[in-house]
Amino acid sequence: MTIVQLSIFIENRSGTLIKVLEVLKDAQIQIIASTIADTAEYGIYRLICSEPQRACEELKRAGVPVSLSNVFALELDNQPGCAAEAIATFSRAHISISYMYSFLLGDKGILVFRTDNAEQARQTILENHLRYISEPDLSCLA
Amino acid sequence: MSSPYFNPERETMTRAQIEAFQLERLKETVRHCLTNPFYQKKFKEAGITADDIQTLADVRKLPFTTKNDLRETYPFGMSCVPLKDCVRLHSSSGTTGNPTVILHTKKDLDEWANQVARNLWMVGLRPDDVFQNSSGYGMFTGGLGFQYGAERLGMLTVPAAAGNSLRQIKFIKDFGTTAIHAVPSYVTRLYEVMQEQGVDPRRDTKLRVLAIGAEPHSEEQRQRIEQMMGVKAYNSFGMSEMCGPGVGFECPEQNGLHFWEDYYIVEIVNPETLQPVPDGEIGELVLTTLCREAMPLLRYRTRDLTRVLGRSCPCGRNHIRLDRMRGRSDDMMVLRGVNIFPIQIEKILMQFPELGNNYLITLTTDQDNDNMTVEVELAEMFTDDYGRLQQLGKDITRALKDEILLTPRVKLVPRGTLPVSEGKAVRVVDKRKVYQ
Repeated sequence: MTIVQLSIFIENRSGTLIKVLEVLKDAQIQIIASTIADTAEYGIYRLICSEPQRACEELKRAGVPVSLSNVFALELDNQPGCAAEAIATFSRAHISISYMYSFLLGDKGILVFRTDNAEQARQTILENHLRYISEPDLSCLA
Repeated sequence: MSSPYFNPERETMTRAQIEAFQLERLKETVRHCLTNPFYQKKFKEAGITADDIQTLADVRKLPFTTKNDLRETYPFGMSCVPLKDCVRLHSSSGTTGNPTVILHTKKDLDEWANQVARNLWMVGLRPDDVFQNSSGYGMFTGGLGFQYGAERLGMLTVPAAAGNSLRQIKFIKDFGTTAIHAVPSYVTRLYEVMQEQGVDPRRDTKLRVLAIGAEPHSEEQRQRIEQMMGVKAYNSFGMSEMCGPGVGFECPEQNGLHFWEDYYIVEIVNPETLQPVPDGEIGELVLTTLCREAMPLLRYRTRDLTRVLGRSCPCGRNHIRLDRMRGRSDDMMVLRGVNIFPIQIEKILMQFPELGNNYLITLTTDQDNDNMTVEVELAEMFTDDYGRLQQLGKDITRALKDEILLTPRVKLVPRGTLPVSEGKAVRVVDKRKVYQ
């Protein structure tokens, strides 16, 4: 029910981001979505890509601190109000969201998020018949 | 008009008189040291006896002593009097192994007070002055050392101790404080708080003299302190092994520190070869005590780097003048008066499994405050949670503060980003103004 995300420790210093991107480029990894917040000294560069396991290994080999984690990815219609509707479901279930970002996949909006209670989120998704994508859905894209 | 000298006879000795005095005291000190098994062994190993000391230059035949000797003989192994004759004990923090213990007899304390009083008198302080000692008390010798010296001179002495700036400023105003002793970075802090409180030190206080020491500071920093506070600021040198503050002090000429040669033999040696360096050349300061009963020290390697500026002075004192300390011959850092070894930092960092082995300590002067930044590499990305990374930074900061008593800035960096040097790793980069 989840997709695999890379979390990369990234220093707020020129040259660090390009190093990561070049490792991925050389390994022919395709980036599907990514996000990075502005922070004082360091941040976490989170990305969804093709072949996350291989991407992780390549980055580690290049000395980049990286970890893999599982995040939820909901599929939404690309229309006003869809995000509000989905998040309201979690809000009613008292599930808080640690971080969230989104991207377009064809004509669908994909909402990627992580919660502090994965099991409860899983149940909420099932009970409310929310559409989600899983790792295999992404693999066939790349 | 009172004499410019606290002890005119000793302070204005000619070089010949100083050297004759030193030779006599050196012979006496060596005989006294040889009542102690530690020194007996050292002399035996060096193949010398007390009779080998015939001229002042013979001091170079004596074996060196080091902080390590003090640690290995902890706590009382280098005492040259029975413990019942000692009345005071000072000690270093001992964070890098056994602490170093320094014992004092009643006479040692008496002489120490005289040394400090001499310094304070030299910079124009008199019994009608009010002296506020804003220095740490307890085991740190800057507290009681200046307390006894200021009292010996006859000043009203306020043991304000360090910290609580609002109270310090209230004391300065209410008691009519004319002189303060503090570490330079604390003086800057006091000035900041004065500004916040709308207190102008020139208009609202009677301050005129500052004694600053116990942490390295540059000439520029001193001048800025003088301008800020509207005072004269004098550099003080001391170390607990020699007694504490009072070993060396600037006279009103502010051209180097007079080291009191009626109390110490001063040598400057090359820290590698241990051979004397010519005047003007930087080397390690080596001191031999001449008047101490409880724990005389022969050729003690201070690890402080300095150079000889001269042996005469317009102030009329012919005691050797040394430059302000230029650094250390070991890896000890002195930050805001606290002695810190990199190994202490390393010990703490290695307790965190999230961290790698590489780290870098950078010392900087930011607006007159000396600060420490500790950059440390993450072993691996252990979390996807920004909050946990921040918490790790806070935990490291707290653990370091508990160890070194100062709050460093902790910076997490990716593995492989810190410089890896060939052979011995560079752990400390000192960018403070004083060393530039």
